[in-house]
Amino acid sequence: MAYRHFEFIEKHSWALGIATAVMVSLGGLAEITPLFVEANKLQPTADMKPYDPLRLAGRDVYVREGCYLCHTQMVRTLRFETQRYGAYSTASESAYDRPHQWGSKRTGPDLARVGGKYSDDWQRVHLMDPREVVPESNMPSYRWLSLALVDGQDLQARMRVLRKLGDPYTDEDIKNAPKVVAGRTELDALVAYLQGLGVDNVPKPAAAASAAADAGGKS
Amino acid sequence: MAPIETYNDKVVRLFLFASAVWGIIGMLIGMYAAAELAWPALNLGVPYLTFSRLRPDHTFGVIFAFGGSALMGTCYYVVQRTGHTRLALPHLAEATFWGWQLVCVLAMATMPFGITQSKEYAEPEWFIDILIAIVWVGFGTVFFATLARRRIRHIYVANWYYGAFIIAVGLLHIVNNVAVPVSLFKSYPVYSGAVDAMVQWWYGHNAVAFFLTAGFLGMMYYFVPRQAQQPLWSYRFSIVNFWALISVYMWAGSHHLLYTALPDWVQSVGMAFSLVLLMPSWGSAANGLFTFNGSWHKVKTDPAAKFMVIALVFYAASTFEGSMMAIKTVNSLSHYTDWTVAHVHSGSLGWVAMITIGSLYAMAPRALGRPAMHSIKGMEWHFWLHFIGTLCYIVAMWIAGVTEGMMWRATGVDGALLYSFLDSLIAAHPWYILRWFGGVLIWLGMWVMAWNLWVTAADARQTIISPVPVPIPEPEPLQMPRPLPAHG
Repeated sequence: MAYRHFEFIEKHSWALGIATAVMVSLGGLAEITPLFVEANKLQPTADMKPYDPLRLAGRDVYVREGCYLCHTQMVRTLRFETQRYGAYSTASESAYDRPHQWGSKRTGPDLARVGGKYSDDWQRVHLMDPREVVPESNMPSYRWLSLALVDGQDLQARMRVLRKLGDPYTDEDIKNAPKVVAGRTELDALVAYLQGLGVDNVPKPAAAASAAADAGGKS
Repeated sequence: MAPIETYNDKVVRLFLFASAVWGIIGMLIGMYAAAELAWPALNLGVPYLTFSRLRPDHTFGVIFAFGGSALMGTCYYVVQRTGHTRLALPHLAEATFWGWQLVCVLAMATMPFGITQSKEYAEPEWFIDILIAIVWVGFGTVFFATLARRRIRHIYVANWYYGAFIIAVGLLHIVNNVAVPVSLFKSYPVYSGAVDAMVQWWYGHNAVAFFLTAGFLGMMYYFVPRQAQQPLWSYRFSIVNFWALISVYMWAGSHHLLYTALPDWVQSVGMAFSLVLLMPSWGSAANGLFTFNGSWHKVKTDPAAKFMVIALVFYAASTFEGSMMAIKTVNSLSHYTDWTVAHVHSGSLGWVAMITIGSLYAMAPRALGRPAMHSIKGMEWHFWLHFIGTLCYIVAMWIAGVTEGMMWRATGVDGALLYSFLDSLIAAHPWYILRWFGGVLIWLGMWVMAWNLWVTAADARQTIISPVPVPIPEPEPLQMPRPLPAHG
C-alpha cells in the first residue's frame, strides 16, 4: 500500500472511523465469538440445581458487598493451588453465577471450596467480627448483615428474572421462596451461600467423569 | 473578511475544573481504602465506609471521573486546535459535560450503598449504564462533527487516538453491560459464569487499552510536541503504532484468566498477543520521548515537560511489565497478588496521572487566558510529591506481591505447603502502610495542583479573558504536507 492510499484514510474522518472500528473488532470476533458459542453450549450438569432461595439471597449479599474485590472463586490448575484449596475450578460450576465471581485479587483466601471447611457458627462470628477468630485478619466486620431480614417479595422478583434468563426455577420454587426465607437475616443467607461453595455447585463425581469423557472425545 | 471565529474553551474549562475536583475525591477514597487494608477497624462498622464498597468508588472516581473528565476536556481542546475550527454543536458539547458529571455523581453516590453490578470496573447499575451510553454517543457526535468541519485536511494523529478511544469504549461498555433489571437498583447480567468472565475481561482489559491508553496517547501526541516545541519525532512511526496498538490490544484480554476454567487455546492466544503488544507500546513511548530531542533542557525548567517525560518512561516500564506478567509462568506467581496492584498503579499513577497532569498544566494557562501557570514552584512541588508517592506505592506493592506469590507456592521437602494464607497477609502488612503513605503524598500533590489552577483561573472566574481566535489556515495548496523523502 503506497502512502497515498493511506493518505485517503488520514484525510477522511469517516474512513478513519470505519477502519478503526474494523480493526478493534477483529480480536473480539476471533476470540470471543467461538468461546461464546462454545460456552453457551456449556450446560450445567443434570444434578446441578440453581441456587435455592436462601443461598440465592446470600449470593446477592456477597455480590452487593463486593466480596470479589478481596476473595477469588477460582482455583487455578496449579499444584500449589489444588494443595491449598482443593480440586481446581471448572467452567460448569459457575453456570448459574450472574455475574461470575471469579475475582482478580486475593487479599483473603480463595473461597471456591470453602463450603464445610468451617462451622456455621465460625462463619457467623467471623463475619460479625473477623478478628475475634483470626486476630491478624484485615477483613472488615460486616455486622450490619445480622440486622437486615431477607425480603421474600424481592427475592421472588429476582427468581422470576433469573428464570427468564434460563435458570430452571419452577412456579413452586418461586411461590415458596418467601416462606423459605421468612425470618432469616442476610447473615444467615450469606453463611448458607458460603457453606454451599464447592459443595452444591460442583458436578458430582460420576457426572464430572462423564463430562470429562465427552470433552476428551471432542478434542 | 469573515467574522472572527473563536475557540470554544468554556466547556474545556469546565472539564478542567471537574477533573481537578474528581482527582482529589477519587484519590481521597483510594487513600482511605488503602488505610483500611492496613488498619481494618477504620470502617467503623459503617457499611458504606467499608473497603469492599469503597474500592469501586475509588476506581470509578479516578478512572472515569478524573481521567474521563480530563480526556473529554483535552479532546475538545485538541480537536479544535488541530483542525483550526470551533467546536461543532456547542449545546450538545455542554450537555456532555453536565451529563458526564451526572453519571459520575450517580455512580459515586450509589456504589457505597451496595447498588452495584459487581463487575470489576463496570460496577454502576443498569440505569447509570444507560446514561453513560447516551452521554458517550453525544461525546462521539460532537467529536466527529468537529472533525468533519476541520480546516486542515490531514487529521492529526492525536485525533485518531481520541477517535479510537470513543469508538472502542462505546462498543465495550454496551456489550459488557447487557443486563435485565429486577428493580431500579438491581439487575442480573445476561451472561453467566465463564461467558460472563470472558466478556468482563474483554471489557476490563480493553478499558485499560482504550480508556487508559489510547485516550491518553491522544493527549500525549498533542501536548508533548506542544510542550517540547518540537515536531513529532516520526509521524510515520505513529501511524504504524496506532494501527498495531488498536488491533493487537483487543486480543490480549484473556491474559487476565490464565490457568482458570477458560479454554486453554484462548489463554495461549492472549499471552502471545500480549507479547506482541510490547512493540507498539514501546513504539509510542519512544516516539514521545524522542520528540524531546533538542529540547531536553526543558525537563530542567518546565515541570509540565518533566511530568510528560516521566509519564512516558512509566508507560514504557509498565507496558513491559504487563507483557511479562502475561507470560503464563510469570502470571502463575503474580496473579491474585499485590503485584497486580503495583502494575496497575505504575500504569495509572505513573503514566495516566502524570501525562494528564502534564497536559493540564500545559493546557490550563492557554484555556484560562494566562501566559503561564501561577506558580512554577507549585508545579515543581507537585511533581516531587507525585513522583515520590508513586515510587513508595509501587515499590511497596511489588515487594508485597512477590512475597505473597512466593509464600503461596512454597513447599517443603515433603511437598507440603510451608505457609498458611494468613502468613502471607502478615508479611504484606508493613508494605500496606508504606503504600498508604505513598498515597498520602500523591493526594497532597493534587491539592497543590488544585490551588495552582484556582489562582491561575482568577481572570477566567471574573470572565475578563477574551476568547482565542481560530487561525484561519492558508488556502489549500500551501497546507499539503511536505513530500516524504524517497528513501523514507
